[in-house]
Amino acid sequence: MDKIVNQKAWFLVLPVFAVVAFSAILPLMTVVNYSMQDTFGNNQFFWNGVGWFKELLDPSTDLGGRFLASLGRNLLFSAIILAIEVPLGIVVALSMPREGWTVAVCLVILALPLLIPWNVVGTIWQIFGRPDIGLLGYTLNSLGFDYNYVSNEFDAWATVIVMDVWHWTSLVALLCYAGLKSIPDAYYQAAQIDGASRWAVFKAIQLPKMNRVLLIAVLLRFMDSFMIYTEPFVVTGGGPGNSTTFVSIELVKIALGQFDLGKAAALSLVYNLIILIVCWVFYTVMTNVGTERPQKKGAA
Amino acid sequence: MHSIPGRRLIISLFLIFLLLPIYWLVNMSFKTNAEIVTTMTLWPHQPTLENYKRIFTDESWYSGYINSLTYVLINTVISIAVALPAAYGFSRYRFLGDKHLFFWLLSNRMAPAAVFALPFFNLYSAINLFDTPWAVALAHCIFNVPLAVWILEGFVSGVPREIDETAFLDGYSFPRFFVKILVPLIASGIGVAAFFCFMFSWVELLLARTLTSVNAKPISAIMTRTVSAAGMDWGLLAAAGVLTIIPGALVIWFVRNYIARGFALGRV
Repeated sequence: MDKIVNQKAWFLVLPVFAVVAFSAILPLMTVVNYSMQDTFGNNQFFWNGVGWFKELLDPSTDLGGRFLASLGRNLLFSAIILAIEVPLGIVVALSMPREGWTVAVCLVILALPLLIPWNVVGTIWQIFGRPDIGLLGYTLNSLGFDYNYVSNEFDAWATVIVMDVWHWTSLVALLCYAGLKSIPDAYYQAAQIDGASRWAVFKAIQLPKMNRVLLIAVLLRFMDSFMIYTEPFVVTGGGPGNSTTFVSIELVKIALGQFDLGKAAALSLVYNLIILIVCWVFYTVMTNVGTERPQKKGAA
Repeated sequence: MHSIPGRRLIISLFLIFLLLPIYWLVNMSFKTNAEIVTTMTLWPHQPTLENYKRIFTDESWYSGYINSLTYVLINTVISIAVALPAAYGFSRYRFLGDKHLFFWLLSNRMAPAAVFALPFFNLYSAINLFDTPWAVALAHCIFNVPLAVWILEGFVSGVPREIDETAFLDGYSFPRFFVKILVPLIASGIGVAAFFCFMFSWVELLLARTLTSVNAKPISAIMTRTVSAAGMDWGLLAAAGVLTIIPGALVIWFVRNYIARGFALGRV
């Protein structure tokens, strides 16, 4: 569908622009302002130029070390949960019942974790994993595993990852399910006539139909895991030590805990910049996938 | 044909995995603290409603639910109201900077809440909205408005342009066309968008906690109070948790037939 060029459309977009600009541009200006200054309290500020940014990117300083370490942990975390959630989500979507009342039941249960407030998700897993009162912790310990997410780094990581898989795999599954639902039956009948194997059907029909929703899923999952704060904060508080301190947790510690405005602002800007770049890459890829589709259809 | 071998087993195991931690929370909410701490029981042996009773009778507890629901509803209404015309604009017209604007909106959906916590605190204190539901509702617009625009744009694009043109030929003015024809046509899309706004505003804690102190404190922030000198009140915490799941579960039940399409953001 060709769109008409009409500059008056700006009037339609203006309210959105005003609301988001109020919440995005004004605060961002404050952040930029803070990032160039140092404060010793009492609302006295001193010009610090790019000092904070230099410190931030230099691993030998305290700030830089903390930032780069938390960034590394966060990237590792995002990579692990994407590697688990995307295949698992596809498998779950393929396993959904086809019709009948079970479909509605499955959909409702799948969506349930997505609507639980994030701190309650943390609370649920905090309780569930405790060796003394939680089913998971108690069972693992009685089976002879020495599981304790409070004191053991590996257990803390495992808990946070399993929690995220529990919380968000449904999103991937629901997206893929929506993609699968849009495949007309004729495709499957054609595949059957050709004697295509189960794997061939998946590769040639289902995966291409899902690639657009999968992109949305990967984008959302990457972004949300990259800015994860509440759930690990409730469960582990960033510990033991700093082992589950992700970028957002570090940032909140510096900004609201220590009130180190300059450092926090510099960290915020770099953090935001990384997200903006990744978002732009995904957006470009996604719009390209969108424009390729109709052409293919036209050719066929 | 679209399914894989062993699908019943896979889906059952996955659903059990999803439900087990929730069951444990529900189970604990019906126990007394003595039972929780001293014994390991798979179901409450001395079921009690004491935990729930405390939440429903203590104002400092139940006001948290009211506060949370207030800002969630304000946010949903604002988000949908401003996103509708914009979605129509993006879907139908090309204008100066449209693609950049759309990307900029989307990038705000992705911006980490932690970045905005401190500046929002300053901003809303400066305009005297701190500790009101309006502050939280407006702050949550930063991720909900772009999302609503994104979803609604998909649904508006599903309405053929001929319908607009016929309506204008029939003498409909733009506002009348919008309310009488377009809105009813994309009603399910509006429902989906409202569902998502509700969802993301309801689950968010960091901004909601930073922007409130006493009067508008959300339930999620009140829940942290259960840690006291006498130790954790696990039963009360669990009961409060169960009550936060219920609004979400109700909303899902109402939109269950649109969930799949909704999660694809109207663009499958």
